[in-house]
Amino acid sequence: MKTCLVVDDSRVIRKVARRILENLQFEVLEAADGLEALNACKTAMPNAILLDWNMPVMDGITFLRQLRKEEGGKAPVVVFCTTENDLSHITEALTEGASEYIMKPFDGEILEAKFSEVGLI
Amino acid sequence: MSPEDTEHLAAMLKQRSGLILGSDKTYLIESRLAPVARREGFANVAALLTSLRTRRDEKLIYTVTDAMTTNETFFFRDKTPFDQFKSDVLPALAKTRLSGDIKIWCAAASTGQEPYSLAMMMEDMRHQYPRINLDILGTDISERCLEKAQSGLYTQFEVQRGLPIQMMVKYFEKVDEMWRLSPKIRQAIRFRKLNLLDNLHSVGRQDVIYCRNVLIYFDLETKKRVLEQIANLLADDGYLFLGAAETVLGITDAFKPMTGMRGLYVKNTAAAATAPRRFGT
Repeated sequence: MKTCLVVDDSRVIRKVARRILENLQFEVLEAADGLEALNACKTAMPNAILLDWNMPVMDGITFLRQLRKEEGGKAPVVVFCTTENDLSHITEALTEGASEYIMKPFDGEILEAKFSEVGLI
Repeated sequence: MSPEDTEHLAAMLKQRSGLILGSDKTYLIESRLAPVARREGFANVAALLTSLRTRRDEKLIYTVTDAMTTNETFFFRDKTPFDQFKSDVLPALAKTRLSGDIKIWCAAASTGQEPYSLAMMMEDMRHQYPRINLDILGTDISERCLEKAQSGLYTQFEVQRGLPIQMMVKYFEKVDEMWRLSPKIRQAIRFRKLNLLDNLHSVGRQDVIYCRNVLIYFDLETKKRVLEQIANLLADDGYLFLGAAETVLGITDAFKPMTGMRGLYVKNTAAAATAPRRFGT
């Protein structure tokens, strides 16, 4: 079973994402900010990371930069999932190594399509 | 809704668009026509249907037909027909079309995602096929859909269905809360209103025809008539793409499926030699 780390400071969003991802046969882990996510990754690298941008303590893009410097940190497929929906944010995310980008609001269909696009399902 | 009114609606839809309204489609009628009834100032859908039957208002007939036909589409829908174009159809045609022009017809283009997906895909392969020019025609019965297709404007929801993010970044710009295709891609497609029930001669010779998820709404006789007209337009070495749930089997022998290529058909030249030509030379 593939693992997906859901990183979002909203408990509601994490719950929604968890439900969708579990239906897609993922084992789901959660983190409420970038630093929590980084610690989770140091313990065990997940196959996929669904990543919010704006979060307290450490934001999504900072987390992504840090992650890629970690041992084995290039492996997880990162899909942003954020309300930031302008081209400059999207381009920055792709430059830092995100594979896909979901603009909130999202639903199960979009998440499934994006995960399929990057070969996770 | 009186049975008389729904029967009239069903007959009108079949005549106007080929759409077969199955029995017990009260829910579909209600959900599609409630907004029309409101907009046109009727008390409810039943009143709209009665008016439709008793007054022959062409504009209203058109509006209702448009609302009842399904326009569902998204970028790179089903993926396979685009992968097959890239892996088999394009390489084969690139060898034989010495002028470099490949003519493609999207026969039920709806709001444009299918022809635009082809245009974006081709642009991504520009370096591989510097000589090739896709001449893409998109037609649909719905003026409302064609207007949207021509605008090249899509909602955030629409650009997230099937479109890889790299393509969105490359070919779209953000306009307020909408996303607009670049002029280069928009200009690659000609859009035109066309009813597949009419004579299709004006479409002209085509190398590739996409006719996906439209025949399923027609009865057998209409399917056959449309497929045979399509066969007359398609080059002998051309390709026909049908929807995943569609087939030519049991309808016409003008086409045969390509082995191992789901949804992809070529002309059955053995049958064509004996079949009478419907029109043209």
